[in-house]
Amino acid sequence: MTVPISVPMSLTVNGKAVNVNVDPRTLLVQLLRENLQLTGTHVGCDTAQCGACTVHLNGRAVKSCSMLAVQAQGATVMTIEGLAQNGTMHPMQEAFRECHGLQCGFCTPGMVMSAVQLLADNPKATEAEIREDLDGNICRCTGYQNIVKSIQFCQSGAKASMAA
Amino acid sequence: MTDLSNPPQAALGPIGQPIKRREDARFLTGAGQYTDDVVMHGQTYAAFLRSPHAHARITSIKLAAALAAPGVIRIFTGQDLADAKVGGLPCGWLIHSKDGSPMKEPPHPVLAIGKVRHVGDQVAMVVAETLLQAKDACELIEVDYEELPAVIDITKAHGHKGSVHDDVADNVCYDWGHGNKEATDAAFATAAHVSTLDIVNNRLIPNAMEPRAANASYTKHDESYTLYVANQNPHVERLLMCAFVLGLPESKVRVIAPDVGGGFGSKIFLYAEETALVWASKHVGRPIKWTSDRSEAFLTDAHGRDHATKVELALDAKGMFLAMRVKTIANMGAYLSTFASSVPTILYATLLSGQYKTPAIYAEVKAVFTNTAPVDAYRGAGRPEATYVVERIVEQAARDLKMDPAVIRRQNFVTEFPFASPVGLTYDTGNFNALLDRATEMADVAGFAKRRAASEAKGMKRGMGYSCYIEACGLAPSNVAGALGARAGLFEAGEVRVHPTGTVTVFTGSHSHGQGHETTFAQIVAAKLGIPVENVEIVHGDTGRVPFGMGTYGSRSLAVGGSAIVKAVDKVIAKGKKIAAHLLEAADTDIEFENGVFKVAGTDKSVPFGSVSLTAYVPHNYPLDKLEPGLNENAFYDPTNFTYPSGTYICEVEVDPETGKVQIEQFIAVDDFGNIINPMIVEGQVQGGIAQGLGQAMMEGAAYDPESGQLLTGSYMDYAMPRASDIPNFSIGNCVTACTHNPLGVKGCGEAGAIGSPPAYINALTDALGIREIAMPATVERVWRAANHVA
Repeated sequence: MTVPISVPMSLTVNGKAVNVNVDPRTLLVQLLRENLQLTGTHVGCDTAQCGACTVHLNGRAVKSCSMLAVQAQGATVMTIEGLAQNGTMHPMQEAFRECHGLQCGFCTPGMVMSAVQLLADNPKATEAEIREDLDGNICRCTGYQNIVKSIQFCQSGAKASMAA
Repeated sequence: MTDLSNPPQAALGPIGQPIKRREDARFLTGAGQYTDDVVMHGQTYAAFLRSPHAHARITSIKLAAALAAPGVIRIFTGQDLADAKVGGLPCGWLIHSKDGSPMKEPPHPVLAIGKVRHVGDQVAMVVAETLLQAKDACELIEVDYEELPAVIDITKAHGHKGSVHDDVADNVCYDWGHGNKEATDAAFATAAHVSTLDIVNNRLIPNAMEPRAANASYTKHDESYTLYVANQNPHVERLLMCAFVLGLPESKVRVIAPDVGGGFGSKIFLYAEETALVWASKHVGRPIKWTSDRSEAFLTDAHGRDHATKVELALDAKGMFLAMRVKTIANMGAYLSTFASSVPTILYATLLSGQYKTPAIYAEVKAVFTNTAPVDAYRGAGRPEATYVVERIVEQAARDLKMDPAVIRRQNFVTEFPFASPVGLTYDTGNFNALLDRATEMADVAGFAKRRAASEAKGMKRGMGYSCYIEACGLAPSNVAGALGARAGLFEAGEVRVHPTGTVTVFTGSHSHGQGHETTFAQIVAAKLGIPVENVEIVHGDTGRVPFGMGTYGSRSLAVGGSAIVKAVDKVIAKGKKIAAHLLEAADTDIEFENGVFKVAGTDKSVPFGSVSLTAYVPHNYPLDKLEPGLNENAFYDPTNFTYPSGTYICEVEVDPETGKVQIEQFIAVDDFGNIINPMIVEGQVQGGIAQGLGQAMMEGAAYDPESGQLLTGSYMDYAMPRASDIPNFSIGNCVTACTHNPLGVKGCGEAGAIGSPPAYINALTDALGIREIAMPATVERVWRAANHVA
């Protein structure tokens, strides 16, 4: 029998300082969704397979279902809600809209956060590399073709703006 | 013949344009609102204690320790619901056996009473202050079980020593027949050749990425209930729950299906969990939320497919089809889910004619109960199973007769419409030769022999497979469905509310859970009214706002729901003409409406739509003596026939016999969906459907331990969901023959990909390997064994 206890922790989420008390069992995704009402990050499985919960922790994409909230003590977290800046969507968000890279929208936040990381790591990723890199994110609606196209669209746009 | 890039209706403003989806802004920024995102004031949380056994008697349930656990508010068991006279979950379609007897409908309790019948069957519901407390308390409930023999294998269910339901001793739900047995048998007796195949249509788990979820609350001041639920048809959910289970007036229950993260059929059904939540919300006096975790989803979402079939095709010496005989055993699972009985019957055997003018067909379907999760509609529902049977046996017949698989298909195609099939459907339109022509060209079939030789030269095996599918969508003419056993109507409702300023809110009974209705439906209304797409708002998924609805499944939203909206818009225009006639001092019959302007025919006198709408709500200069103010119209549309999307898919694979790895070299899909409103969305539907179909063919399969009945594929570690690297790009084309009986000329596109793709893939694979049959999913291991003749 667990005795509910609560531990204080602090972190930065989408640029804002957060101080909360959490049950030590709380997962990072639960902290985001339930304590902070950042419901854009989704839970699609319980085995760290589907990637719907992907957020950026200290600049790296992580599955927020597979770490405890307290492990994010002092960390900087960015969720899908923090990706758009000043009301302007991130180029990856724009690319998904442009290329119809989403249907039901449930896997989308995690997919976008993973895709941003993917291009940050490998800006010149080939189609095969993009598909391989997306193995940690499951989509049931799109068949992935337009997700891959979205990432390639973002890739080409990024190249164009770098050249400009 | 037209490609998606060149829609035929470009003259109709936004119709036919690949307009970007308005839904996307909220989904891409995390602003979507799914059921689990909803938190109510005073929220409590439910967790279900589930059976660890496939089949067992419950001898006792001890709750004391759990009730004393921190945060626990209430615990409910099946006995509590029985004491309150809560009914069982209903099945919405009555099938009669060949002998005329009605199907067996054993009770489907909301919480188990006396027995559990599959692993995951719900035994008790704990309501607590937090989810973790509810889950902790579940572990403190002591249940004593007396294990019983589990019925798992569908081919052994009939006559098994165990009975899933005590009052259905032989485990047979129904034994149904369809078609003309005498004519079929007579044709077989004289046929020059008979081809046969034994086929398993593998059991699938739908796996919408949003798990099921519900949040129910009771409001004391007006004794009403509100249910948020991840569901494809909130009015149907409410009707079934109120009328058949809880005995509540529908007027006191509001069902809201907000953003829903995919359905694929699995969210059509009325499930036990949300029913228990609604009932319990009054007793708890606070809102109760339950969200399935993925492990629960694997165990308790209705699964799909699961047929074992023997098919025989009789042919003459020239390869003309004479007759087809089909014997299928279909799995119902432990209980009859909402539409389970219709899937292997009405939605299956009626499609066994495929694209062909086979003169005689007879099908027998035996549906059996097993100690597994309920089985019901999953993307395509019966039509993928039918298409798999037809397209596999046609391919086999071509091989048996050493005929080109395209030639044997072409010579048997239906070419004249309307065509009354021997299994009860009337195809209104189609052009199967055009589909095959286009696919043949796109696939460069002429170059295949060369490509095959090149593969063989490097030790690889190459194969090509066809699938020429037809499906029945746009469910359904209510009177026809009723005669076939449906216990509901299958019309759709729509309301078009024009506001004084000329903007429009459309309320539709269809439900979007990825299909993009908010965009497509707005395109239709904007085109019809000649107003900007941005001025049209689409509301769906709320029984408190939408007049009525039968919901979204069977690719029916545009064909039936869209048609209801068109009907309502036509009423708006008709009334607008009367208002305009008054303003323009002309006769009603002289008013024309075009591009958002009412005008007197043959003159330059006109009044814009916005002025008419304003006049309707500020009726100072208005024919009040003969016309009501306001501009708000309802319509119900009941189709006069099903719609018949069709297509040709061609798959080409290369197999490495050393590893069993299969490379899809190309996948061509050419579909006829009738007119197309938004080609971008249609193409997305096809891509997603094919990926699911290939998932079934290549990797997905639910497996239960045949003795214990434990689900062996109960997580994404075990159930092989297609990932990005498993799925190729598809080449998609189309042809258009407009549906003849709905106002949009549309047929529906949601399921085609999942229906057409499995036989194309398996036909290609068996062609490459030179074998008759390989079981789905054709995993790397199975392919390697087949390639190397290892049993």
